[in-house]
Amino acid sequence: MKFTLKIWRQSGPEKSGHFETYEAHDIQAEMSFLEMLDVLNEQITISGGQPVNFDSDCREGICGMCSLVVNGIPHGGQKGTTVCQLHMRSFADGQTITIEPWRAKAFPVLKDLVVDRSAFDRIIQSGGYISVNTGGAPDANALPISKDQAEMAFDAAACIGCGACVAACKNSSAMLFAGAKVTHLNTLPQGHPEKYSRAVSIVVSMDKEGFGACTVTGACAAVCPKEIPLDVISKLNRDYAVGILKGVSA
Amino acid sequence: MKALAAFFRTSVGKKLVMAVTGLLLYGFVVVHLIGNMQIFIGRETLNGYAHFLKSEPFILWGARLGLLTIVCLHIVTAISLSASNRRARGATSYDNPSHNGSTLASRIMLASGLVILFFIVFHLLHLTVGVIFPDHSALKDDKGHHDVYGMVVKGFQIWWVVGLYVVSMVLLGFHLSHGLQALFQSLGLKNSKYSSLIDKLALVGWVAIFAGNCAIPVSILLGLVK
Amino acid sequence: MLDSKIPSGPLAQKWDKHRFDLKLVNPANKRKFKVIVVGSGLAGASAAATLSELGYKVQCFCYQDSPRRAHSIAAQGGINAAKNYQNDGDSVRRLFYDTIKGGDFRAREANVYRLAQVSTNIIDQCVAQGVPFAREYGGHLANRSFGGAQVSRTFYARGQTGQQLLLGAYQALSKQIAKGAVQMFSRTEMLELVLVNGHAKGIIVRDLTSGKISRHSADAVVLATGGYGNAFYLSTNAVGCNVTATYRAFKKGALFANPCYTQIHPTCIPVNGDHQSKLTLMSESLRNDGRVWVPIKAGDHRPASQIPEGERDYFLERKYPSFGNLAPRDISSRAAKEVCDEGRGVGPGGLGVYLDFSDAIRRDGEDAIRARYGNLFQMYEKIAGENAYQTPMRIYPAVHYTMGGLWVDYNLMSNIPGLFVIGEANFSDHGANRLGASALMQGLADGYFVLPYTIGNYFATTAKSCPAESSQEFSQAEIQVNERLRKLISINGSRTVRSFHREVGQLIWDKCGMARSKAGLEDALRRIPAIRAEFWENVKVTGEPEGINKTLEHAGRVADFLEFGELMCLDALERDESCGGHFRTEHQTPDGEAKRNDDQFSHVSAWGFSGNLAKPNLEKEPLIYEEVTMSQRSYK
Repeated sequence: MKFTLKIWRQSGPEKSGHFETYEAHDIQAEMSFLEMLDVLNEQITISGGQPVNFDSDCREGICGMCSLVVNGIPHGGQKGTTVCQLHMRSFADGQTITIEPWRAKAFPVLKDLVVDRSAFDRIIQSGGYISVNTGGAPDANALPISKDQAEMAFDAAACIGCGACVAACKNSSAMLFAGAKVTHLNTLPQGHPEKYSRAVSIVVSMDKEGFGACTVTGACAAVCPKEIPLDVISKLNRDYAVGILKGVSA
Repeated sequence: MKALAAFFRTSVGKKLVMAVTGLLLYGFVVVHLIGNMQIFIGRETLNGYAHFLKSEPFILWGARLGLLTIVCLHIVTAISLSASNRRARGATSYDNPSHNGSTLASRIMLASGLVILFFIVFHLLHLTVGVIFPDHSALKDDKGHHDVYGMVVKGFQIWWVVGLYVVSMVLLGFHLSHGLQALFQSLGLKNSKYSSLIDKLALVGWVAIFAGNCAIPVSILLGLVK
Repeated sequence: MLDSKIPSGPLAQKWDKHRFDLKLVNPANKRKFKVIVVGSGLAGASAAATLSELGYKVQCFCYQDSPRRAHSIAAQGGINAAKNYQNDGDSVRRLFYDTIKGGDFRAREANVYRLAQVSTNIIDQCVAQGVPFAREYGGHLANRSFGGAQVSRTFYARGQTGQQLLLGAYQALSKQIAKGAVQMFSRTEMLELVLVNGHAKGIIVRDLTSGKISRHSADAVVLATGGYGNAFYLSTNAVGCNVTATYRAFKKGALFANPCYTQIHPTCIPVNGDHQSKLTLMSESLRNDGRVWVPIKAGDHRPASQIPEGERDYFLERKYPSFGNLAPRDISSRAAKEVCDEGRGVGPGGLGVYLDFSDAIRRDGEDAIRARYGNLFQMYEKIAGENAYQTPMRIYPAVHYTMGGLWVDYNLMSNIPGLFVIGEANFSDHGANRLGASALMQGLADGYFVLPYTIGNYFATTAKSCPAESSQEFSQAEIQVNERLRKLISINGSRTVRSFHREVGQLIWDKCGMARSKAGLEDALRRIPAIRAEFWENVKVTGEPEGINKTLEHAGRVADFLEFGELMCLDALERDESCGGHFRTEHQTPDGEAKRNDDQFSHVSAWGFSGNLAKPNLEKEPLIYEEVTMSQRSYK
């Protein structure tokens, strides 16, 4: 197979970027999208060019490091997968493929297709945890948790923090990410003591990082590789509202 | 009060303001429609209803000021949110952006809202203040009351007024259908168990409001109501 | 002679006694001690969080863009703990014994017993953090049996246990970062260890975003940098996993123990081309219903459906009639390799065997199979592009864990004072083979419940010293790092970094993978130095040392694998016996099982850097079993 690739190149955070067009030859249908880029990079290197920088690590869809917008869709549009799990057989031979980084003010481009997602870490630091130190935890079975609750918490906890939700949202809102963490922890009884302060703190932190508001377009959930449902945003909204009415501050 | 003020300081809080004011305005649209449907009963009923509404200036102006406040809150908050959303997006946009499964209605809330705002202004100038067609507004009925029925009929015999009206109702429909779904979400009352019910409710509401609101001018234009 | 500092007294009381004997640091003084933690996986994140909770000043480093992405996240199966919630006869002693036996009697008894003891605390801690473990309808924790254990002691969160445990540790770490108690350095890679007066007192790092090299000094350094599976190029590790941190420590004098102990997982999706960058593991549970076979005739390229029953070889059922398709990981892996070596492998390149569900589908129906393995079949279809309900899956073994690592004593301190090593990066608990669901247990045990106690003893018993970053030792180390980076870029040869990684990885896989022989290892030991020499003459690293340069990052890691691979082969050659994951073809029972030589090799081989890569110094720590008797594994 061969492809025409239109790839975003940007030499540094403060630099302006542009698209460059590459021809990728000898691509096998079995290759993953990122392996196709590996091959392209080897071809570029040998011909004396600068290879394309992009993030990836586990390459099995769980670490959340890979972050490419393929033909306008974060992770490339295959349902429930990250771009590292996308294979070239999903594309037509000879097709032109546009590859861009996540776009959002809170995720500045560092180089080429690499973006800075540390804003997500700071959101978690603002309240995405249960304040328990190591040691002194009661026996794990001392607190029964219904299967439904555990499953609901798990569905939200499956978030890999890749940022596709922000990349897909026309407002660059981080509500699906934040909602997932709040739903995970606030659904479980262990998370109840900090339920409201967690919701309020996380919302304040999201705004501070420069993410937009949710206008319920549903684009985030549509591209989420872990198919986190929009319900988590509803849960965050509710816990936030109740928190504010109770006078909880960040 | 301090807690309520906090709502205006965050994006999620502002969305809650949008949701609450939106819900109230949705309610107003429904009540307004039900009241106006009395045109199909006859001149006397509608004019009597209009006279009743205006008979207590305290209630009338209270309601008007209340509505004005709600509309202003809704608009100011919307503008503030749109501005921050635009900032959040950053300077560069995607080469060929995908809508990623979002609906048209959800993407054009600001545009549909602005059209509705323009329409409301026109609507008020037309039928409340009466400066567009002063002769229509000067009509009196047998009891010497303001002849609302006559004014409405005369106004909607003009094709372009009906045209403007219908176009605005299409956009109002879009705005309300997404608005209703979104407000449940912003209030934290939506989840996958009920979401299809809420979506259906939004659709039914849209169809009913569109059909009801358009029925009046279209019937008049077609000569069904004289 | 290596001193493992195992406490005296009966096995079950060693840890208790030791905790009492450990010197403590006064709480008010703890904030004066600074600790560097390299790595943010289960071990690193849990250690960084816990140490800072105790009051130490902590700096934590990871090469990923967030500590949440460390490769612990990819562990699927579960985590063992001797809770005995199922009332099926589990106990600390049974978990201890299973781990020792699973490790083929090549692990240190006292460490393993302690691991089993603290395993129960881990589950309590994780539940308190909000880890959503699977539950029964009554609300209590669910368990499953895993990796051939006869009791149900594995706790799990669907197929993403590693992710959930890591997020628990990451959140604990985030809490401490928010308090200012931990300073986090993401996208930062350790490139050198700094010793001052023989003690580990700091590291040199490269900021992977700016390219800036900086110095960090501390009172102690903790390495939690994971395993070296990527020495094989293709493994189930993340593509960024590397040996650099531990190998740099080795070159500064730390002993590397048992580097030849690597674990192969039998059910991975096979390699499908030259350009594959990693292998994906599928849960071993598939072998409960799938039957493994290859064609009887070599070079039979007919599609599976056209090969009649009589021309199929169900080789696991044939060789191991009682365990059949459920034979242990190492045994099934080797059997698959053998049939492929005979030219009977299936799929592109002939490196694969069929895992056939057609009998199970006929017996139980497709829906029942879908209910059991739906997500795995889906994953297979995504990667291989084949519908496994209709055609048999193809599987092949792949490297996924390395039991070897830096040598540590009972306190998890290496032979360099002040250098602690935890998690997969050390060697201590799994012997020659790791049991399923034990990696997560060990990482968290080290980070939450062992290191936080033992590191205090080092501080309390040595003179406090956190040298200035301007000191000569730091300057020198920084110069070395800069020189190496500049050298890599200046070569400007004609081959890509990846091509070298692929070449050396393939060689190590062939000669030091599932089965090893004297001749093969000697061949590898001749060829690795040649590849390494060519690398330093002919590699092409583009770009600048400043700013993001993924090629340069990869080049540095491959340069270390090129040296480390030789050490692995040397260790495999020296260990002239078979044990666990280390299978020397010269040493097998008539049935093809690993044959240990306890008289000569019941020891830990700890290698020290001598200046000559081909001749490292070997030190031995004898393994003395006070409470268990060694036996031969048998799965017939």
